[in-house]
Amino acid sequence: MNSPVQSTKKSSTEHWVQWFSVENLIRHKSFLALLILVAIVSLFNPQFLAVDNLLNILRQTSINAIIAVGMTLVILTAGIDLSVGSVLALSGAICASLIGYEVPVIAAVFITLLMGSLMGACSGVVIAKGKVQPFIATLVAMTLFRGVTMVFTDGRPISTGLHHTADQFAWLGTGYVLGIPVPVYLMAIVFGGGYFILHHTRLGRYIYALGGNESATRLSGINVDNIKLIVYSLCGMLAALAGIIATARLASAQPTAGAGYELDAIAAVVLGGTSLAGGKGRIVGTLIGALIIGILNNALNLLDVSSYYQMIAKATVILLAVLVDTRSK
Amino acid sequence: MPETILQMQSINKSFPGVRALHEVSLNVYQGRVMALVGENGAGKSTLMKVLTGIYQADSGNICYQGKNCVFSSPKESQDEGISIIHQELNLLPELSVAENIFLGREFTRWSGRINWPKMKQEAHYLLQRLGLSLDPARLVGRLNIGTQQMVEIAKALAVNAKVIIMDEPTDALTDTESQSLFRIIRELRAAGCGIVYISHRLAEIFTVCDDITVLRDGEFIKEVPAKDTHEDEIIEWMVGRKLTEQYPREPGSGEQQTLMVVNDVSGPGVKHASFELHKGEILGVAGLMGAGRTELMKIIYGANPISQGTITLNGQDLNCSSPQQALKAGIAYISEDRKGEGLVTELSVGENMVLSALKSFSRQIGVINKTKEQEAITQFIQRLQVKTPSAHQLIKYLSGGNQQKVAIAKGLLTFPNVLILDEPTRGIDVGAKKEIYLLINELKRSGMGIILVSSDMPEILGMSDRILVMYSGRLVGEFESQNANQELIMRYAVGRTTEEEYV
Repeated sequence: MNSPVQSTKKSSTEHWVQWFSVENLIRHKSFLALLILVAIVSLFNPQFLAVDNLLNILRQTSINAIIAVGMTLVILTAGIDLSVGSVLALSGAICASLIGYEVPVIAAVFITLLMGSLMGACSGVVIAKGKVQPFIATLVAMTLFRGVTMVFTDGRPISTGLHHTADQFAWLGTGYVLGIPVPVYLMAIVFGGGYFILHHTRLGRYIYALGGNESATRLSGINVDNIKLIVYSLCGMLAALAGIIATARLASAQPTAGAGYELDAIAAVVLGGTSLAGGKGRIVGTLIGALIIGILNNALNLLDVSSYYQMIAKATVILLAVLVDTRSK
Repeated sequence: MPETILQMQSINKSFPGVRALHEVSLNVYQGRVMALVGENGAGKSTLMKVLTGIYQADSGNICYQGKNCVFSSPKESQDEGISIIHQELNLLPELSVAENIFLGREFTRWSGRINWPKMKQEAHYLLQRLGLSLDPARLVGRLNIGTQQMVEIAKALAVNAKVIIMDEPTDALTDTESQSLFRIIRELRAAGCGIVYISHRLAEIFTVCDDITVLRDGEFIKEVPAKDTHEDEIIEWMVGRKLTEQYPREPGSGEQQTLMVVNDVSGPGVKHASFELHKGEILGVAGLMGAGRTELMKIIYGANPISQGTITLNGQDLNCSSPQQALKAGIAYISEDRKGEGLVTELSVGENMVLSALKSFSRQIGVINKTKEQEAITQFIQRLQVKTPSAHQLIKYLSGGNQQKVAIAKGLLTFPNVLILDEPTRGIDVGAKKEIYLLINELKRSGMGIILVSSDMPEILGMSDRILVMYSGRLVGEFESQNANQELIMRYAVGRTTEEEYV
């Protein structure tokens, strides 16, 4: 991934030429895979490259991509979060009922994000203070929050209602600004934020350090427990944001929403080249990974592949991508 | 003259850049116990690894039961009757005693089903032979360490071992357990086994061993019958190396201003340690592996819990329950285990350097001020002469010496009053060592109190102003360095002075 010797400054054209050199494409395998995928799909169906379709893909990708950013932070610390799908559902239900009571949109969104962070923090506390394996802790959280969602919604969808507040709220999922869907903007903001955290803040540095070598990080005088707590809280908050978008789009919260989303998010992170062992990976990779999964879903629909075969095709592509990645290491 | 079961002759073994064994010989006699002694790094373990087939010798001869042998794997040597009991036990805690003893060699019926009655019966016989009344069906994880050690010995007996190697077997045992181990060793000896007994506890060696082989710096020094020698002579042979390296010693400032006081501190692996550290002083801490030196340092640094005692720094009580608090108070610790506890190998040189001090390069809400960070990194790379193509180089591509400089820089960037260096020159080439010594002296001049933990005796003698010696968790000696020499320190480090406790 990293060349032993850092390149010195180059002119910008030279820089871009270098970026697209064969060598570099092989190094950034996920990006190469994305290009190949786009090429193949557009060959079979030129409609794929239509602007509308591309925007559609971005909008469909946004929910998984936003969750995947949180998942990247968690996986970089050598953890995992299986509870994101349940957190999405519960947050969505909370948000839908707040909007249903005509709570102002900004307040509803803020409260929902806070609740999502708290749900993440629950896993974080169990992992950091209880020394429970992240897999187990978040598996418990996944079951727990799904159960709470079922109790809270009584197993039925919660509608945001038919009033002005609900219309305003729907804009978050269905609106357009300058011809681009609002969720795509949200996705861009989340990725920008994720990049900033990882590369420009102390937290980001500590996340990489913790994932790379926990005892060295602890001995360097860093409060490792706090880092874990913050990371799982952020992951919960982003799952809640995804829940808000999903709810806004459908104007209602489904109690079964988000089931299996944790696996799509993990797949995106792994496709992006982040190591499940922690300490190694890039947020840009996760964006590419999420796009690959989004394009795959879209393309298989465009190519009229039945939904049963879609799963098999998706599994095959992900396996191939990960195999290539592992073998070239 | 007793019969020689095993003869290793002129064994040579090199690793890239290191000559681990040079013309080493070892004889094991039937019905006798051979002690194998030497300092840390003298080549004892390497020699045993060559014997059991974990390593292959570059040249030399192994003659076992009159035949020349080359073992290519531990399984091969075991099948031939050579068993080794490692320092760390190799038992599966979730399996029963019987299952552990016959692991990989289970008795089966014709159908492939395990013959449990026979397994238990055979295990029972073996344990009885060791004088142990232990239910073979018990889980090994539920037994205390001493009994586990016995199970390991039973395992060695089960393969009908003719040569049994014991690597520091009493490290984890209580005195009573050690006594019964000695009794078993005598029984095995009477049964005609040849035993190799590796230990740095000289008192024990004179209790159970018949012959002694001394290694030093990978070379064979001497083989003598135990009755023809005494402890002081053995110590002399163990450390007899000359001071070949130059140590840039600097006289202390003379004025003894107390910086840190450690008073009656106990904790995991440490018992009632008390000492003082002065400003501008290098305090050497000597001792053999497992003597509790690292444990004591980790208690001071807040990484291990303190169960008793007080630590004061500049007259103020310290109560560090985490490295964070210690660093804040002005204590930095550079771990002996660079890869495991010192550095994050997937981060760059620069990122590792500033890891402990990142707060001082941050604006509000934790945003890193990259310009300020880069300045500090560049400054310390130059000051410590870290050889790296750039600050962005991943630390794992650097040589051991340069990695160590980065680890030290990480501590220095927190501007500590007390710097604890745990084995700072282990696995580092001579040139880099010298640079690190010069750096230590420079820090000493600036008034820092430095604790230098090292297994390298000449280094301790060459650098320190005062020397503490640890033995099994206790501080057993303190010397002004001009009054100390290798023999004296080694005598304290092997517990020679506390010999009465053994008998």
